[in-house]
Amino acid sequence: MRKPLLSLLLPAAAGIAFLALWQAAHVALGEDLRFLLPAPGAVWQAALDHRATLLRAALNTAEGALLGFGLAVLVSVAVSVLLSLSPWVRRALYPYLMAVQMTPLPVLAPICVIWVGAGLKSVALLTFVIAFFPLVVNTTQGLISTDRHLVELFELCGARPWQKLLLLRGPAALPYFFTGLRIAATIAPIGAVVADMNAGTSAGDGGGLGFQAVIFASQAKYAALFATAAATCVLGFALNAVVLLVAWLSLHHWHDSYERTDR
Amino acid sequence: MSAPIPVEFRDVAKRFGDGPPVLQGINLAARAGDLIALIGPSGCGKSTLLRLVAGLSPVTEGQVTVDGRSPGEAAGELAFVFQEATLLPWLTVAGNVEVPLRLRGVPAAQRAEARRRVLELVRLGDRADAYPRQLSGGQKMRVSLARALVVSPRILLLDEPFGALDEMTREHLNEELLGIREATGWTAFFVTHSVAEAVFLANRVVVMAATPGRIHAEIAIPLPYPRTPDTRLSREYLELVAQVSRVLRSVEATAGTTPP
Repeated sequence: MRKPLLSLLLPAAAGIAFLALWQAAHVALGEDLRFLLPAPGAVWQAALDHRATLLRAALNTAEGALLGFGLAVLVSVAVSVLLSLSPWVRRALYPYLMAVQMTPLPVLAPICVIWVGAGLKSVALLTFVIAFFPLVVNTTQGLISTDRHLVELFELCGARPWQKLLLLRGPAALPYFFTGLRIAATIAPIGAVVADMNAGTSAGDGGGLGFQAVIFASQAKYAALFATAAATCVLGFALNAVVLLVAWLSLHHWHDSYERTDR
Repeated sequence: MSAPIPVEFRDVAKRFGDGPPVLQGINLAARAGDLIALIGPSGCGKSTLLRLVAGLSPVTEGQVTVDGRSPGEAAGELAFVFQEATLLPWLTVAGNVEVPLRLRGVPAAQRAEARRRVLELVRLGDRADAYPRQLSGGQKMRVSLARALVVSPRILLLDEPFGALDEMTREHLNEELLGIREATGWTAFFVTHSVAEAVFLANRVVVMAATPGRIHAEIAIPLPYPRTPDTRLSREYLELVAQVSRVLRSVEATAGTTPP
């Protein structure tokens, strides 16, 4: 019983200490410079004042992030299966997969805008690009790392290629896939916000948190800017929580990375 | 016409790529019901020999036949037990045992029946719902054995299956394996590093030499079945262990020297 309580109390205590330090820094900065670091209370007030705007922006960003993230999951699994077929396929395609990842979002953003227009579609597409790479690298590694003896066992039993994929390589790759998924879930909301700054639009209430951050900054509403940053954090945590839950449901009863409860 | 020989090697040689021969001049025929132990220094190709029978690796020269057919054609007749238990960690014991039947498209009801039968054989009937990580090393190996037996193989290939287990567990499993053999009846090749295990299990012990892997001697083990823990205390058993040990030592003494 003591452990779960402690695991709640510790981060709570650290959080309170952090807020106290923040407040102290705000006071220490002096009248002239306080605008650089709004007090925690002011940020909270700004979040309340702008809650309708922030909520709408957060939902817009969440929509783009989820669309791009979901698309990345589907496409990366298909591409990983393709890449796992042979080292030659990997050698031929890896440089180009990396090239996509090497191109910074702000450079890709205008290209996306030319193709599909500013707004949701562009945000989803750019999120897809950023979430795709960790998923495909990890899943492919998982698909080609199957225990050699298990592969031989399946061959001895006359397994067909699709049986090997569905009953052996696929499940064996799950822990790798979830590693990729956790990275993707962390960077997808960030990608969506950056994409929104570079390829977003406010037309028809379509602006997301990135767009909103640009607006607040230009209006010198610094407390509101901090509140926007907090909203992006919440979004990232929410997506991560969902992924951790799905990973737990899929792995906890057999994978060594989860503690055994039957000891 | 008499029944085909379960497993036969005729002038078999095996090389990997352009490398030196791993096996050379192998001539060996298993009779139905034989339990042949393969023993020899590391690198003598005893595991490779099993892999040739299983069709996991092609022969370079000569011929291996299983029931008069090529190993690939006879794959349905045989089962392989690996050095490690090699279970699928995401499946329960029941799921693991049923894998070979699932891959062959056996309907679920039949699968469950066959699985219950073999889990009783290896005394794990009550652990069907456990996951591999909840089992001890000996239990995992029993599941691996059950998975091999579930297809009712006529030929069983065991590649040092109990090598990683402690002495006590190994002896228990040896006795159980012989008990299962009484009940099911198959022809088996058993690779081992333990002279005691070879003599206790087998009716024929084949001692192999290395570089290149070849058959050095064959020693018949005329101890009657069923063999029990008391067998290990009998004079005949101890003499046979001593005899096989001497032959094995003579092989190991010459290991590394080039053959004539």
